[in-house]
Amino acid sequence: MSHAEDNSSSSGSRRDFLFYATGGVGAVAVGAGVWPLINQMNPSADVQAASTLRVDVSGVPVGTQLTVLFLGKPVFIRHRNGEEIAAAQEVDMADLVDDNARNPNAGADADAADSNRSLTAFNGENTGEWLVMQGVCTHLGCVPLGDGAGDFGGWFCPCHGSHYDTSGRIRRGPAPENLPVPPAVFVDETTILLG
Amino acid sequence: MSGIPHDHYEPKSNAGKWLHKRLPIVSLMYDTLMIPTPKNLNWMWIWGIVLMFCLVLQIITGIILVMHYTPHVDMAFASVEHIMRNVNGGWAMRYIHQNGASLFFIAVYLHIFRGLYYGSYKAPREITWIIGMLIYVLMMGTAFMGYVLPWGQMSFWGATVITGLFGAIPFAGDAIQTWLLGGPAVDNATLNRFLSLHYLLPFVILGLVIVHVWAFHTTGNNNPTGVEVRRTSRAEADADTLPFWPYFVIKDLFALAVILVGFFAIVGYMPNYLGHPDNYIEANPLVTPSHIVPEWYFLPFYAILRAFDSDVWIVIFFNFVSGGIIRADFFGVVMMFGAIMVVALAPWLDTSLVRSGRYRPMLKWWFWIFIVNFFVLMWAGSREPTAAIANVSLIGTAYWFAYFLVILPLLGVIEKPLPQPKTIEDDFKAHHGKADDTEGSAAAQPAPAK
Repeated sequence: MSHAEDNSSSSGSRRDFLFYATGGVGAVAVGAGVWPLINQMNPSADVQAASTLRVDVSGVPVGTQLTVLFLGKPVFIRHRNGEEIAAAQEVDMADLVDDNARNPNAGADADAADSNRSLTAFNGENTGEWLVMQGVCTHLGCVPLGDGAGDFGGWFCPCHGSHYDTSGRIRRGPAPENLPVPPAVFVDETTILLG
Repeated sequence: MSGIPHDHYEPKSNAGKWLHKRLPIVSLMYDTLMIPTPKNLNWMWIWGIVLMFCLVLQIITGIILVMHYTPHVDMAFASVEHIMRNVNGGWAMRYIHQNGASLFFIAVYLHIFRGLYYGSYKAPREITWIIGMLIYVLMMGTAFMGYVLPWGQMSFWGATVITGLFGAIPFAGDAIQTWLLGGPAVDNATLNRFLSLHYLLPFVILGLVIVHVWAFHTTGNNNPTGVEVRRTSRAEADADTLPFWPYFVIKDLFALAVILVGFFAIVGYMPNYLGHPDNYIEANPLVTPSHIVPEWYFLPFYAILRAFDSDVWIVIFFNFVSGGIIRADFFGVVMMFGAIMVVALAPWLDTSLVRSGRYRPMLKWWFWIFIVNFFVLMWAGSREPTAAIANVSLIGTAYWFAYFLVILPLLGVIEKPLPQPKTIEDDFKAHHGKADDTEGSAAAQPAPAK
């Protein structure tokens, strides 16, 4: 795209240089101008600020579940009884559809053993009593039913029939993954910090 | 504008001449309204005006609804009930707007199928076709976002599932989904931006409609024979065409009146027939409706989306080839958008030199199977996704793609077309008797649909 017909040398003229330089600066300016217009759609400061939540679990009796809304999605906090814990720990790993714990607290590569899914208590022991996970079916995002629903005594998604066991692991149905565990930690005897 | 010879506007008064020299706007309107139109157009050529009417209807009722609507998660649902119960005539405005969307899509599907049957997409009308498909995609986006605004259970969970489609994109999916939603889940930020875009897009559509009309005013209308209007002489052009005003305007308005009788019967007597009762329950992020279904006009594409799970061989193949990057959910999304893409590419996929399906004995069959298949997919999309429904969807999806990628290219080679009339005038005479009828009275008896 030479703008200097009189310049026969291949090195390009002063006018060519100015042409491309102006075009380059213009492109950068347009990019810099457009970016804020795009970035404004990302989560705002107040939405980002709401990304942690303290939950008091002292009032959750054994064998029941508390559901809290965290980051716009339900989080199940289950105080499991001995039967549920035993059922979850007995499962043969070969029977699992998804062998990843899906628990960032346990590490990205942790296997889906029940001890890698349940939450460690404040005293550092993991008795399996507390199971905290997002109540969002990994298939299409519906909220599974709890309190022993489904063929494996855990959760059951009414939308497309995914069955989860007492550890929230997918056992049957179209969902591809175990229910994900959010970043969570006990900050004192009875308070869980989410996020 | 048109290459067909016809009268042009000549200003007569001094004021008219004065304006014409400075801004030839009367001339533009005259040439647009008086465009020579093939006189053998049948009743399938009315949908353009119906669509134009729908767009204006939706914009006007929409502007009124926004005057009373509150885009906030705590108040949106109540403000819609406020419109229904308290605002003077608000219930009518909302029901017309809600059912107007359905009328819009009925008309656009018939308009598109008309184009597919009579080969309206073929050269030289590819640009008209592409712009039309763009309008259709924008209509889908607008309708989807509008459905979220009442903030009912279907609004919320529909938005969750559909924005979740973007989350299926490999690598950047989560970031894109968060960007679209303005947070980790559907919430106030989502509702506000959807209202903003729902208000904006109809005006973008309006702009594209003007370009759409401009494009086919340049090429001239297609017609049921697919034979072009003769342009070699004024007399021949006059024998093939009639001016759009008043002949076709009156015909189109008559058709519109008939359609509106049905439309207002639905608005008045069964306004929620096409909706879902779940959307009269306020959005609740903790409870999912037992069966999430989109509006009827999305169902065929919803069926295509759901047809693919990880057991389908083509999904297994692409999953293997891509090293696990392409999963079933993303593949379904690609196929859904691909289903619209192949329609847009029809001008280049159809190899037949004959434009109209009327003279294509083989295309006729495949075309009607395509139409039946469209309704089968629509039905499959409305059902609970059992294994049997997934199979039906898969077969329907296969036929959809085969129609555009295999049948249209092949038919041009193997089909033996029927003889076409030499001119539009001949076709018109064959349908409407003697040529020495006055043109006006002959045009008052348009050809039957087929």
